[in-house]
Amino acid sequence: MAAHGNGSGNGAGPVPRAEGGARAGGALEGGAMAGGAMARGARSGQYPDFSAPAVDRVMVEERAAALGKRSLKKEAKVAGLKLAISMMDLTTLEGRDSSGKVLQLCQKAMRPHERADVPACAAVCVYPTLVPVAKKALAGSGVKVASVATAFPSGLSPLSVKLADVREAVALGADEIDMVIDRGAMLAGKHGSVFDEIVAVKEACGEAHLKVILETGELGTYDRVRKASQIAMLAGADFIKTSTGKVTPAATPAVTLVMLEAIRDFYYATGKRIGMKPAGGIRTAKQALHYLVLVKETLGDAWLNADLFRFGASTLLNDVLMQLEKERTGAYQGGDYFSKD
Amino acid sequence: MSDDSSTAKAAASGEGSARGRGTAGSGSEGGREHGAQVAVTAGGGSAVSAGSSGDPARAAALAFGDAWTYAPSVEARDHVKLASRYELFVGGRWVAPSSGRYFETLNPATEEKLAEVAEASEKDVDLAVQAARSAYERYWSKLRPLDRGKYIYRIARALQEKAREFAIVESLDGGKPIKESRDIDLPLAIAHFFYYAGWADKLAYAFPGQNPRALGVAGQIIPWNFPLLMAAWKLAPALATGNTCVLKPAETTPLTSLLLAKVIEEADLPPGVVNIVTGAGATGAALAQHQGVDKVAFTGSTEVGKRIQRQLAGTGKKLTLELGGKAANIVFEDAPLDQAVEGIIAGIFFNQGHVCCAGSRLLVEEGIHEALVRKLRDRMATMRVGDPLDKNTDVGAINSRAQLDRIEELVAAGEREGATRYTLGCPLPQRGYWFAPTFFTGVSQSHRIAREEIFGPVLSVMTFRTPDEAIEKANNTMYGLSAGVWTDKGARSFWVAQRLRAGVVWANTFNKFDPSSPFGGYKESGFGREGGRQGLLAYLEVE
Repeated sequence: MAAHGNGSGNGAGPVPRAEGGARAGGALEGGAMAGGAMARGARSGQYPDFSAPAVDRVMVEERAAALGKRSLKKEAKVAGLKLAISMMDLTTLEGRDSSGKVLQLCQKAMRPHERADVPACAAVCVYPTLVPVAKKALAGSGVKVASVATAFPSGLSPLSVKLADVREAVALGADEIDMVIDRGAMLAGKHGSVFDEIVAVKEACGEAHLKVILETGELGTYDRVRKASQIAMLAGADFIKTSTGKVTPAATPAVTLVMLEAIRDFYYATGKRIGMKPAGGIRTAKQALHYLVLVKETLGDAWLNADLFRFGASTLLNDVLMQLEKERTGAYQGGDYFSKD
Repeated sequence: MSDDSSTAKAAASGEGSARGRGTAGSGSEGGREHGAQVAVTAGGGSAVSAGSSGDPARAAALAFGDAWTYAPSVEARDHVKLASRYELFVGGRWVAPSSGRYFETLNPATEEKLAEVAEASEKDVDLAVQAARSAYERYWSKLRPLDRGKYIYRIARALQEKAREFAIVESLDGGKPIKESRDIDLPLAIAHFFYYAGWADKLAYAFPGQNPRALGVAGQIIPWNFPLLMAAWKLAPALATGNTCVLKPAETTPLTSLLLAKVIEEADLPPGVVNIVTGAGATGAALAQHQGVDKVAFTGSTEVGKRIQRQLAGTGKKLTLELGGKAANIVFEDAPLDQAVEGIIAGIFFNQGHVCCAGSRLLVEEGIHEALVRKLRDRMATMRVGDPLDKNTDVGAINSRAQLDRIEELVAAGEREGATRYTLGCPLPQRGYWFAPTFFTGVSQSHRIAREEIFGPVLSVMTFRTPDEAIEKANNTMYGLSAGVWTDKGARSFWVAQRLRAGVVWANTFNKFDPSSPFGGYKESGFGREGGRQGLLAYLEVE
């Protein structure tokens, strides 16, 4: 395999190419990436430039909090809440998940509320064995099926198992794969290993969209979040995602901002628009609007749609619906006026 | 000002061209969208067409348009009741000026008259100083320090209760965004009173063995950029140290000082401990020159500060001056760049740039100049200029016609001298005084826009190559109030800070204030410190 590269570093132009790097094994066969993949030399030691700008904790948290002060009223609020629904990956990732549960969730995703002007959600996110159930229930609706894979949530299985997990999920009909990175490798400084795994998973995805979960709550610093974002994007992620939802803290406005800024730099360096998905801990309409403001004021209009921004959430939807009904009727409805699925 | 001047005059130069800036300027004509500079079809994640070069990165451009807009969110002002006319607050009473003259104070965002305010003559100033003297001798110097502190706490608490009303009036009278008056001016002013109230009975511990004593009557002249906050900076330490005060607010922004006088009245301070005399330069001059004043504290322009210093020479009066600035904000290439951009924005566009410690000179290491300027533009594209009472407004109105004229004059000079101007293309209101956020690239040390204080939302961007060059350029100014340094290396922050001749150096942040931190200048930025334990000294005699 020729390692072909058009990967760029931090806006610093093309990185040195890794020509004919030794291959890590059949599983890493290249060629899946549009336009000839990123520079990758696998175990030859030749990698694209993973360097990323420093992040100042105090200022990034301050900026993220300041954007939470935007005052969203009336039409702006209604439009924002509807947008948020259309970006939602309605998620159930529990050991007790069953066909019945997933079917209910699919119904909710396709028709969150009886009012016609409430849009459908973007996707339903489940474990691989439940993909066929979701696929069937959502057929023709336009709502996508997302599946977690790669030994979610820890990711601590052999690569061959993780890739098999991905291939099975895709074969069962998943449109989108939410993978987890190897945080242990990331924390140990084995950036090349993290990169190689994502590249391999991307290949195993085939046509399915790949969301790469960084599990920011385990990375410890914003600097490492920024670097992990850079590695994931260089390796072919279509989306980068904060969290599995199984670790606290999950998504925060500040960590999302750091990732949005990484996406911005990557876009300027390569022209490629990478999507963003905060997940975990987003439970209220107010929080959802805060995230939308972060996107609007960091990446702008092109990212304000479900192709490039998603919310991973399980309980957020009903709060958003409640707020929409409050805007429409002027009064808050009781919890039982919204279906609990 | 005409809408023309808000047109994006971008600057293709030095920008590697094909960043989609060909459409710059459409923003101000489009009118509706906010700060949009690039016409773009929103929605869809499709890649930007690569253009003839075939390199999509070269065509990359972000669009901050109207895919999702914020509805107006205007702070209600119906509960704020302004009088049609305000008298002078002298000796605990509201008295008409001897001249019988009043002047108008305007809302700079609409040019509407807000109220009439008394113009204090020399005679009125004299009465105020006499009232302060008598209050000093009869009440304030005889009070136990602990009780003095209680009065100041009372002012702080009353201000806290009325914070919303004060914030609205501050924005109405001065043009600053409600977001800032609500979240910065008011909390800081209140914190200042609380902080100095605590010092009132601890002066002997602040200056052990130095027998600190009050001076007597303080004459205090404050500017229009932070009207209430500057009143707090002046009154709180003066009262805590046992002095009585005559305060003169700026003529364009007297209202919150007058509301503060009402708070002081309600707090039941002994009559004459605080006197507020309104008026323009002549009133201030009369106050500074008055024989009965023991101490003059002035915050304002360097020109006026120098005049006061000349007048006071040989009089034995104690003087502190807090004057202009032309702060350098230094960004090294290892800096946290996205956060540095926030600091640059906060440094120059906070309060429309009407900030004496504004980071008005941006010194950027040459290697990151292009990347940083692009980030700055993208960030500016999201700034919202307009109604100061809208909670989403980032940049409000210029404080006065006179100040707008000065900004325009200096910006024109920058263009004439050959710097490249970039102004945010955003719609500006028809009435009122407005200036869209602007920066210049290609600025030289010799340009007027690099040397003179513009006191508006105008940034001068310059480059440097080595740390030594950065220090030399940063210090190459007649001012020395503040500076900023952005680097990921802690050691470098300290190395730079030790070499900068500026009263405040912020590291990886900018325009941060706290009552416990002393503030003041080097060189023509003045002398004396306000805030902190050091701020007490300006109002004390010590052995």
